[in-house]
Formats: sequence, C-alpha cells, structure tokens
Amino acid sequence: MGDRSRLCSVWLGSETGILKGVSVSRKQAFNFCNTSHLSRDQEVRALCWGDPAESELLVGSVDGTVKTFSTEKGAFTESRRCGDPVEGCFTGLAALSGSALLTCGESGTVRVWREDSSEPVTELDAGKNVCRMRQSPVDQHKVATGGKENGLKIWDLERPEKSVFTAKNLRDDWLDLRRPHWVRDMAFIPDSDKVVTCTGYHQVHVFDPSSPQRRPVLEAEYGEYPLTTLSLPAAGNTVVVGNTHGQIAMLDLRKGLVRSCLKGLAGGVRWLQCHPSQPVVASCGLDRFLRIHSLEDRKLLHKVYLKSRLNCLLLASRDLEDGGGATEGEGVSQEVKEEEDEVWDTMEQVGEAEEKPKRKTTEEEEEPQKKSKKKRKKGQD
Amino acid sequence: MDITEVPVSDDKKGKKKKNKNSNKKSVREEGNGEGAGAEEKEEKMEKSDAAAAFPPTFSVSEIKNKQRRHLMFMKLKQEKRKQKMQLRKKKKKEREALGDKAPPKEVPKTIENQRVYDETTVDPEDEEVAFDEATDEFSAYFNGLTNPKVLITTSDRPRGRTVRFCEQLATVIPNAHVYYRRGLALKRVIPQCVARNFTYLIVINEDRKVPNGMVLCHLPDGPTAHFKVSSVRLRKEIKRRGKGPTEHSPEVILNNFSTRLGHSIGRLFAALFPQDPQFVGRQVATFHNQRDFIFFRFHRYIFKNEKKVGIQELGPRFTLKLRSLQKGTFDSKFGEYEWVLKRHEMDACRRKFQL
Repeated sequence: MGDRSRLCSVWLGSETGILKGVSVSRKQAFNFCNTSHLSRDQEVRALCWGDPAESELLVGSVDGTVKTFSTEKGAFTESRRCGDPVEGCFTGLAALSGSALLTCGESGTVRVWREDSSEPVTELDAGKNVCRMRQSPVDQHKVATGGKENGLKIWDLERPEKSVFTAKNLRDDWLDLRRPHWVRDMAFIPDSDKVVTCTGYHQVHVFDPSSPQRRPVLEAEYGEYPLTTLSLPAAGNTVVVGNTHGQIAMLDLRKGLVRSCLKGLAGGVRWLQCHPSQPVVASCGLDRFLRIHSLEDRKLLHKVYLKSRLNCLLLASRDLEDGGGATEGEGVSQEVKEEEDEVWDTMEQVGEAEEKPKRKTTEEEEEPQKKSKKKRKKGQD
Repeated sequence: MDITEVPVSDDKKGKKKKNKNSNKKSVREEGNGEGAGAEEKEEKMEKSDAAAAFPPTFSVSEIKNKQRRHLMFMKLKQEKRKQKMQLRKKKKKEREALGDKAPPKEVPKTIENQRVYDETTVDPEDEEVAFDEATDEFSAYFNGLTNPKVLITTSDRPRGRTVRFCEQLATVIPNAHVYYRRGLALKRVIPQCVARNFTYLIVINEDRKVPNGMVLCHLPDGPTAHFKVSSVRLRKEIKRRGKGPTEHSPEVILNNFSTRLGHSIGRLFAALFPQDPQFVGRQVATFHNQRDFIFFRFHRYIFKNEKKVGIQELGPRFTLKLRSLQKGTFDSKFGEYEWVLKRHEMDACRRKFQL
C-alpha cells in the first residue's frame, strides 16, 4: 500500500466513501479503502494536507469523523470524532500548527481541536447554511466563511468573538428589490488582503478588507448557472471557476472578463484545484472523471475515470508528472521533496519577477493608447 | 450629447468605409474577373494542346451539348452498374464452388460496431460500481421496499396529441395517474407528490400541439432526466395493432444500456414498472437504445408453437433522446447536473456514444 500511495500526486474523495489516489505519470488510480465494508456514511466531504511536508492527509467524512491517512504507509492511521453528524457535514477542514485541527460544519460552527482533548479549544459561530470555509495560505489563523444568505466573513481564530471583516450585501437592484446572497466558495488572493468569492447566482466578487468599502470591489459574471467552486492559479491575476453544468472558465481579476473556457466536461464541477506551481488545473465532479487541463493552451492533458461521483480533490505540490523518484526509500523521497521545494521556490520568484515588469509595461502601453483614443474622439467631435 | 454624437459620426465613418471597401472590392473583382478570364483562356489553350498531344481520355463533363452529355452520362452509369453486378455474380459463383471452405462473409462496417471504446462501460463484477448502484436513489425500489406510483402531467394547457399521448402512456405504465397541470409550478407539485407517496413524476412538454419533451423525475430524491421526444405514433396511427392493453403489469426489456450513464438511465426506466411482471398478460415494454436514441415499443406476444413466437404491437411508440441527467428532484436553475448533452462538443465523433 505504501508503495502505491507514494506514487500518487492527486488525491480524491468520493461519494461512496473511498479515498482515491491517482498517479498521473503512471496513469494509474488506486483505491485506499477496504471494499468489504463500504458505506455512504463515510462519504468524503473535505480533504486537506495534515502537515507541510505532505505526508499526512486529513479526510473529513459525512458522519463527523476526521481520519488521518499517511501517504508513506498508505493506510489510515488515526480517526477522530469532530462534531455531530446532526450539525451537518463538513464544509471546510484545515490543519493548524501544533497538530491542531480546524473544522467547519454546515450549521456554521467553526471549531479548533487539539490533539489530546475531545472538546474543542475554540468555537465560533459563523451563521447558518455555511457552504465553505477556507483558511488563508499565509496566515494560519485567518479563516473565511460564507454560505446561503450568509455573506463573506473573515475571522481571526485568536480573537473568535468578532469577525475581522463582514461583507455587506449588494446594493438593491434597479427595481429596489433586495438581491439574494449565496457564497459558494472563496479564496484568499496571495500578496494582498483581498478575497475572491463565487456565488450561486453566477457572480464572482472580489472583496478588499483593507479598504473601507464592505461591498465587493469587483463584480464579474460567468454563464447562467450556479458557480460551485473556484481556485487561484499560480500565475496570478486570474481565477478559475466551475459551475453546475460542467463549464469551467478562467476569469481575469483586473477587469472581470472571461479569459478562456475549458472544454470536455460532462457533469457539474464539485471541486477545482490549480497546481501551486504549474499552469494546470484539476477538476472533479458528478461525471466521475478527474480531468487535468492545461491553463496555457486550454487542452485536456489527462482524463481518468474513477467510478464514483467525486466530491473533493487535493493536489500534491510536487510536479504532477513526476512520481518515479518517490518509489525509493522514505528518507530519499523526503530529500527529493525538499530539493524540489527549493527548486519550486526559486522558480516562483523568477516567475513573479518576470511578470511584474510585464504588467507595468502593458499598463504603460495601454494608458497612452487610451489617451490617444480620447484625442481621436475629440478630434471627431 | 457627446455620447450620442460620437456613435453617429462613427456610423457615418463606418458607412463611408464600407462604401469605400465595397468600391474597392468591386474594382478588385473586376480586375480579378479579367485576370481569371485570361487564366481560363490560357487553361483552355493548354487543354486543347494536351488533347492534341495525348490520346483523348474521355470525360463526360467535357461534352458541351446538354442532352448529349446527359445521354452519355446515363450510359456510363449503366455500364458501371453492369460491371458491378457481374463482379458480384462472379464472387457468388466462387463461393458456391468452394462450398464449406468459403471464407466467412465480411461484416459490414456500421458506426455501432466501430464504436469508440468508452472507459465507463460497466463491468458486472466491479465491486465499487455494484456498491454505488446498490445504495443509490433506486435502491428502495430494487430491494422491493416501494411500489411504483406514477403521476403523469403535461405542460400547461395541453392540446391535441399530447393529451392522447398521456392517456395512452398511462395505460402502458401500471398505477399511473394522469392529472391536469392547472398552471402549477413543478417545484410546488413535487412536495405534494412526495406527500402522496408517488415515486415518479412524468411531465410531457409540447410544441404546437405535438409532444416534444419529457421530464422524468424520480421521487422523493431524484434523479431527474430530461428527454427529447420525437416520432410519437399513437395507437390509432399504428398499422396491424392489437386490441388495447390489459391491466397486467408488463415485462420490461432494457436493451443496450452499457455505460455508467446508460446504467443509471436503465434503472430509471426499470423503476417505472412494478418489479413482478404478470406473465398472464403477455405484454412487454421495450426500451431499446441504439446510437443514444431510446426507442420505446409496447408489444403483446404469443407462443405459436415450440419454435415460433408471434408479436403484436399495442402502441404507442416513441423515441427518446437524453438531454440531461440532474441530481435531485427537478430544479433546472440551481440543480447540479450529472450529465448534460453538449452539442458539437460531444457529438464531434460520430462513433462515440454516451449511453
């Protein structure tokens, strides 16, 4: 089991309660579960890495248990009960430093669990019908929640009494009617305070907690069906969203325009994740396929049939195609990973350094063009 | 005012440009025409040269007299057909001469037997799929816990054939009740159906008095399938039909639903009918899938002797094509779709089938 699990670079949680690992380089998929006692209570609703080295997976299932899966041993090592199934299934799961665990249920209770105690250390109420909770990748104690008729809220776990930021609903429409509210997914934009959300009313909003404005600073629309999930690619300035009809698009966050659409899906998207360093996006959903698209030329790179409806997905931060190096001993594999990390760190910096001037140049180029256009218009008048 | 003025001037400009363009084009065309004419002449010259140089290879299209050309063409065709027939006869003779040793006949290529392999094709021994199917929304029916009870309704104010189609569908499906829609929203109908223990809601949609759509919603918790309905033939329009169907629950034949999606659709149809058919009635309802079209036929059969079976169609007959399969009960706006037909994307390959 251990050999197989070390190969996998994509992890998926299914509706039948099976944890699946896919090795993209070898084009193989494995089930990590004994098939003798399957049950729908084990349905996986949330997945996250348990430690920064990505050797442990946390699997949140419908019956309120969080299981720890060791990718080195290839087996479930621990099972912990976190909350009642009555309170609704997990909408978010995250690991905190010091082997603490952060969970959020549909009823809106965000809890922090320490390893030794069975009672939550901190608990906060984020309101009803929470659809998703996400942790900030930069600050571990910063958490965003949102749901149906429950706007975006950003919390600091060290001060759980009051939210740091609460979004206001959109302005009433031109008929003075209240606009309904339904946050389906959100993500923290790196290198800024901004948070991007997607809604059940096919909008994408960007909120900026650092500015006094509590309404979205940018609103974009895509398609006519509810957006279910989003993810931020490594390149920046864009967001990838998916909807219930199996349409995925990349939107530009500067102007809110559709930059590209990805084809090939048959059913609704449940989870999207962009690779932390490569320009690829993995999607899974009700059509039982894992699809990996390239964001550069929008081509379908991989398509894997996984037999059950898939709820969530997690990518390893190492190279997707690689997987051969990990077959050797554990120590070696770790070293390789670290080396890779270093490599990727340097890569990212270079990428950013390259991009920033580009942006500036484009802006500079655009501005004079605009001016010239204005001049032309004046001339026409 | 500025704003209004700008587009006007733009328009004028645009028109002017267009005019200019058109002028230019016309000029170019003239130029081209001349050029082309010259070229044609040159070509003709070459051809005549070629005809003079080489022995004439006969081409029908070169004949300038239309009647003559037609005649020659017909002759050519006849000749070709003759040759073909001769070849066929020759082959047949050879086969007969060889007798048993003759090579087996070639199977004609069809888009079905050239089908692109679908990785979702269900393997009957697969544990995971078996578990998935055993615990899905239809498990209550297949475990014998519920009996189907079907509500048939239409779009608002049905006319003509749609009404009769609903009535005849209700005679095919046992324990089916036809209700007038009364302008009710489906989302409000569904809770009432669930409260009255209905297991299915069928909605027939029509366009210009002809049924063209069908929503098949399994209750209480989905899934919902949306079909296109075409070539509906009611009982009256079927030749050599039998007497009306009896109230026995029919047997169900589901043909050719092989992929995972096909399985779900097959189960959706199977759960419409009671699980224990009454063989006394000798009635069969068939859902035959061919090239993603689902053909429905309703027959009565009889065993004439040990070898021969006679069938008699009872009608109605219609063809379905899956448009979408949605998880949960009918909710076209906020529902999650398990499968949506994406035209031009999915039908790009003619040999790829979804069901």
